[in-house]
Amino acid sequence: MNERAKEELKPITNESGIEVKPLYTAADVEKSGGYNFVGQPGEYPFTRGIHRLMYRKQPWTMRQYAGFGNPADTNQRFKYLIANGQTGLNVAFDLPTQIGLDSDDPLAEGEIGRVGMSVDTLRDFEIAFDGIDLNKITVSLTINGAAAILIAMYLAMAEKRGYDVKQLRGTAQNDILKEFIGRGTWIFPVEPSIRLVGDTIEYCAEHAPKYSPVSVCGYHIRESGANPAQEMAYAFCIAKAYADDVIKRGLAVDEFAGRLSYNFNIFGNLFEQVAKFRAGRGLWAKIMKEQYGAEKPGSMWLRMIAAGGGGGLTFEQPEVNIVRGAYYALISALSGTQTMALCSYDEAYTIPTEYSARISLRTMQLLIEEMGLTETVDPLGGSFYVETLTNQMRQKMEEIMAEVDAQGGIVKLVSEGAIQSKVSAQAYNMQRDIESGKFRKVGVNCYRNEQEEEHPVEFHPYNEKDTQVQIAGLNKIRAERDQAKVTQALARLSADASAGRNVMPSLVEAVKAYASVGEMTQELVNIFGRYQEPIRF
Amino acid sequence: MMAQKSVATERRIKVLLAKPGLDGHDQGAKVVVRALMDAGMEVIYTGLRQTPEAIARMALDEDVDVIALSSLAGSHIPFCTKLKPLLEANHLQDKLWVIGGNLPVQDHDALRQLGFKGIFPTGSKFGAIVDYIQEHVK
Repeated sequence: MNERAKEELKPITNESGIEVKPLYTAADVEKSGGYNFVGQPGEYPFTRGIHRLMYRKQPWTMRQYAGFGNPADTNQRFKYLIANGQTGLNVAFDLPTQIGLDSDDPLAEGEIGRVGMSVDTLRDFEIAFDGIDLNKITVSLTINGAAAILIAMYLAMAEKRGYDVKQLRGTAQNDILKEFIGRGTWIFPVEPSIRLVGDTIEYCAEHAPKYSPVSVCGYHIRESGANPAQEMAYAFCIAKAYADDVIKRGLAVDEFAGRLSYNFNIFGNLFEQVAKFRAGRGLWAKIMKEQYGAEKPGSMWLRMIAAGGGGGLTFEQPEVNIVRGAYYALISALSGTQTMALCSYDEAYTIPTEYSARISLRTMQLLIEEMGLTETVDPLGGSFYVETLTNQMRQKMEEIMAEVDAQGGIVKLVSEGAIQSKVSAQAYNMQRDIESGKFRKVGVNCYRNEQEEEHPVEFHPYNEKDTQVQIAGLNKIRAERDQAKVTQALARLSADASAGRNVMPSLVEAVKAYASVGEMTQELVNIFGRYQEPIRF
Repeated sequence: MMAQKSVATERRIKVLLAKPGLDGHDQGAKVVVRALMDAGMEVIYTGLRQTPEAIARMALDEDVDVIALSSLAGSHIPFCTKLKPLLEANHLQDKLWVIGGNLPVQDHDALRQLGFKGIFPTGSKFGAIVDYIQEHVK
């Protein structure tokens, strides 16, 4: 390129702050650090994939987020998705369940079954998963503040149905630190919240060693305004905070790290996203090996769900979101994810209908059946651009992590509201750039329709009667259960929480006695208190 | 210069921006707080999980001109139904009530009847919110 042409090129910087060149060559790869971190799939540092054959052996799990109304409604949606080829479940809970309120709590009024299914007791789980083979379909519980309770409930339900809990697979989101940054379903203050995450990891390492008790979420931090490099760097800082808590208890890293997993977001520049995932795999492996002394390869794996994010979808021209979702799925496949999910095209409006959820599922199936995305491992590996960007993204993430450590660590920064303030300021700037047209968004600030048509979105109905059915069910359980057993179990829970013992055994006992989510949460609130949100701009 | 003059001659508009109910989606609320502050308004942001009682009390105690809600989890109608009589009981009906977030078009009439005159669904621009408030605050 001659000097004149160079001058005419406007500089481009990706969202993570890395300059993008018009052309990459072998010299750029060398300059950015070379091929030291590339390696082979299935081998340290796993940049090209955590398994040798990846999708050639087994395609990604397809796991759409679903749940609404009563457990019986949700059970029907689960069966619909499975009948349409979905290979995993991702359970959405309503807000009262997520923050540990029973359905008859006055604060829950108007919120029962609205954004997910309502759960009060073990009976609700028995209904929701009825007829679903838990060995064939792995279940992910999107639960955080009340995660210890719901994990106990899931394990108890599986045991009751005759499954060997030692062999049981599945995941809980259970990432409370990101709830303080975005999403907001916290209950207890920061320190006891981290302790509860530690309790679940410690308990599962012994009693349910194939269950993944935590899925650390960059996803929601990105939705809150973080850029892609920050998304992954902050998630790693958070995962390290949980690992440190468990190691303090005396567990060896290889006893639990193999069951840590991640949840990341996809929207924005395709190459930046692919490089983010490749870089993240290499960096996490390095952290686990060099900082934590992990020896088992499984402890170094960045196991993840990479999901097409709502943050990229638009309210305007919603049908165009179907196409965005297809690109996000493509990125997810090129990134070497273990599990894939897509926000449906109508999510800026409503809970996805059966129709829109099926379109998302078909989008992922197309990549497997027609597009050849499962045939070859890490197909973008070796591209001068992608390898350079992978090196640069990894270095960027390391810089961000070092900055967090220098400022006192992620727990301190989240407790003070510093991360929240930083990503919120970025979200504001991004929104201003979208409004000014500086950051282009099709249908929003360019290519708008002359006359926007009425949106073709069908609304998911909310059934007021579900609330009465749910409360009646809870009252029936309260009348029928052995109250002495419940009282005894709750007293044990309180004693264990107070004494600093792992609360999981007493939670399992309480769940089996049909204690309610609200009752168990209240016992823990009595000991731990409630979180007070720092307001900082 | 213009801005300084208007600050000197007019009282700054004071806004209570609340997150009603259990909804945890606060990205939108927080960016709107920044937009209103940049437009010269004084903003009190409540944080998450406010009850109707708490919102009515804060609006009264802080003597705000605008009561703004941000709701994305679908419970806006039952919540506003509970909030309206509390705001009225505190003689706050002459204040400007506005709401933003995930608000389906078919709910807009009901929200207007509940006293929420300014309705800003997902996709609304900062400028539209700021202009509306500046025009309608008495």
